[in-house]
Amino acid sequence: MSQTITIQPITRIEGHASIKIWLDEMGNFSDARVNYMSLRGFEKFVEGKPAEELPDIVCRICGICPWMHHLASNKAVDRCFGVAPTPAGHKLRELMQTIAHAEDKLLHFYFLAAPDFVIGPDADYAVRNVVGIAKANPELAAQVVKMRYLVKMILDKFSRKTIHPIAGVPGGFSKPMLEEERKDILEKMRQVLDFALFTIDFAKKNVFPKYLEAIKTLGVITTGFIGTVDPSGAHNLYDGKLRLMKADGSYVDFDAQDYADYLGEHVEPWSYGKFPYARVWNEGFALDVDQPRGIYRANTLARINVADRMATPRAQAELEEFRSLFGRPAQATLLYHYARLIEEVYACERAIEILEDPEITDPNVRAKVEPKAGRGVGCVEAPRGTLIHDYSTDANGLVTRANLIVGTTHNLGPMNLSVKQAARALIHDGQVTEGILNRIEMAVRAYDP
Amino acid sequence: MGVRVASEWLNSCSGCEISIIDMGERLLDVLKVADIVHIPALVDSKYFGPLGDQKHLSLPEADVGLISGGIRNEEHLEVALEMRKKCKIIIALGTCATHGGIPAMANSWTSAQMMERVYSTETTDRPEAFPADGLPPLLDACCAVDEKIKVDIYLPGCPPHPDQVFNALVALVQGKPLSVSNKSVCDTCPTVRKGKGELKQVRRFLQAPHYNAPDEPLDQMRCLLEQGLLCMGPVTRAGCGGDAVTPRCISARVPCRGCSGPVRHEGNQLLDMLNALASNGIDIKSIPNRPLLLRFSGGHSLLKPAIQERRSS
Repeated sequence: MSQTITIQPITRIEGHASIKIWLDEMGNFSDARVNYMSLRGFEKFVEGKPAEELPDIVCRICGICPWMHHLASNKAVDRCFGVAPTPAGHKLRELMQTIAHAEDKLLHFYFLAAPDFVIGPDADYAVRNVVGIAKANPELAAQVVKMRYLVKMILDKFSRKTIHPIAGVPGGFSKPMLEEERKDILEKMRQVLDFALFTIDFAKKNVFPKYLEAIKTLGVITTGFIGTVDPSGAHNLYDGKLRLMKADGSYVDFDAQDYADYLGEHVEPWSYGKFPYARVWNEGFALDVDQPRGIYRANTLARINVADRMATPRAQAELEEFRSLFGRPAQATLLYHYARLIEEVYACERAIEILEDPEITDPNVRAKVEPKAGRGVGCVEAPRGTLIHDYSTDANGLVTRANLIVGTTHNLGPMNLSVKQAARALIHDGQVTEGILNRIEMAVRAYDP
Repeated sequence: MGVRVASEWLNSCSGCEISIIDMGERLLDVLKVADIVHIPALVDSKYFGPLGDQKHLSLPEADVGLISGGIRNEEHLEVALEMRKKCKIIIALGTCATHGGIPAMANSWTSAQMMERVYSTETTDRPEAFPADGLPPLLDACCAVDEKIKVDIYLPGCPPHPDQVFNALVALVQGKPLSVSNKSVCDTCPTVRKGKGELKQVRRFLQAPHYNAPDEPLDQMRCLLEQGLLCMGPVTRAGCGGDAVTPRCISARVPCRGCSGPVRHEGNQLLDMLNALASNGIDIKSIPNRPLLLRFSGGHSLLKPAIQERRSS
């Protein structure tokens, strides 16, 4: 008799999803799917609203990466209204976005992913979580909670509200940075950089070597990649051109304003979430594990794969070590965790660079804006991947149309492929254990921010 | 054994859950007295059992159930009903749960109109039919939690401040009553109000409000509504700043958008604000999009497709 397994909800991820696995009469893999169950309709309900209000509305797409939506939206509105932010406004935005990345990666690595690696994928689910880590390694847990809180409170204290930010505004930023604030944040970000370096060392010594076999096999698929690079080809999180790389390492670069010429979104009857794919490759879309078509990946591993180099010295040293081990592009899905920690180092170094720039305290933080008819695409790298907000406005500056491609969705196709691959490799003759099902979930967790 | 806590997120963004984590080191204190039996963001507890082979959705029993997010589809409804059945006390956490929140802005359109747009954008390969295979069907609207199940405690906020979440959990653990503010944002705002009715129009938030120096204290800045900005402070519940009290938006020198919902649970931010403006002689036609005054509280049938149709006809 055939059997259906429902893993719902997928836990220790940021959002609502489930996995269904179908087994045949012999208890072997027949098919599997990752479903995104949520449909809220932001693309519809922002219509008619004053564009300058959108940055405070669309941040509610995600409570984990609200800064990303807030800032991509501000960039899109700047374009619609034909205004460039002041230099200090631009830098304050990038600073907030970079520090938000630094916070998110600590949260993901220690709170969401680490239980699989530190407690172990087969451990009792009752202890395989952050509480279990707190009991198993109280000193490290206390340090983690403290450091993450430190970073989060930098954002909260300076910008006044960090879950659902308010301080980014069309034309720049709502408040300048005072010199004492700059010094205080700089000192704290130096501590966070030290912790980032500790974390990547800890993972390279104690975590990754233990799971080398899993890294080489679990959820491994072969796809293209997308990410943002600066004009010199170096990795960037906040601004630059988009680079779409094929699995063979060849790539095209393009301006985010032209995204619709390169990317499409496929709809499957069983998922509310849409599936972005590389329309420009002219090979259509297929969720075939062995011969995927149109599939590329976004998020940490994608960004360090498409980049020629990292723009900061410590992160570049880490990238060189990573590439010497895994090549370019690296395809193994669990390497997302490793790439995440390289980006953590970058985010801290970059935040320090911005804070050392004297212009960051310039009080001229906001250019005056006037509503008008226009179109604008705003793009930043969110933790989960390239985030695109595309708006049109009428003469009164009201939104007439919006199209959003959200970071998570780029990886919906790849997550499906990784789960199919993992389920096919792990389930045989009807043998299903909690440990096996958790390993299959780990193939999804890797793609989380 | 401590107080058992279950937590669920429905039509939500996970910001409320991150606000729980943002208690920081206090979270470790909470974990000493609370057993978290279910929270999808952090703990591997499953609806259909650890092997995914059970037929019916089931949650563990708990003393306190936190629900964030509104109720938008059949699955949200099923989870909410199961939470009500298994939890002694239900807390609606965050403005989506208490009033529908930002996702209830969709209530100005029908579900079909919403899906029509989502599945036909410039980059979307338009399907012959909207996705439905094995998916929870949408309800007609995004509902606040108390439209479907009884709620015992309301903790609005987008998200609620970590201090509010912490104070609520401490009160529950100690069995003490929870004090909920009935003040408005204005009641806790330090800016200078002169109360002169010279203003005739509200203006859009396209340039910074006036203040004299980057470090000028808030209690020397003129009230933003009196500066002509559409600040929702008069009709919005106080508390976004937590124990520090000062409203967050004002301290970033931006107007309040109303994210904690109405001052009284059953208030109507749109009508209350129009009344407040009209009684001060301000032309309410100067507001560019009136349904936006309900951007955080469009549940409870306050935003409806008919409103939109009336507006456009």
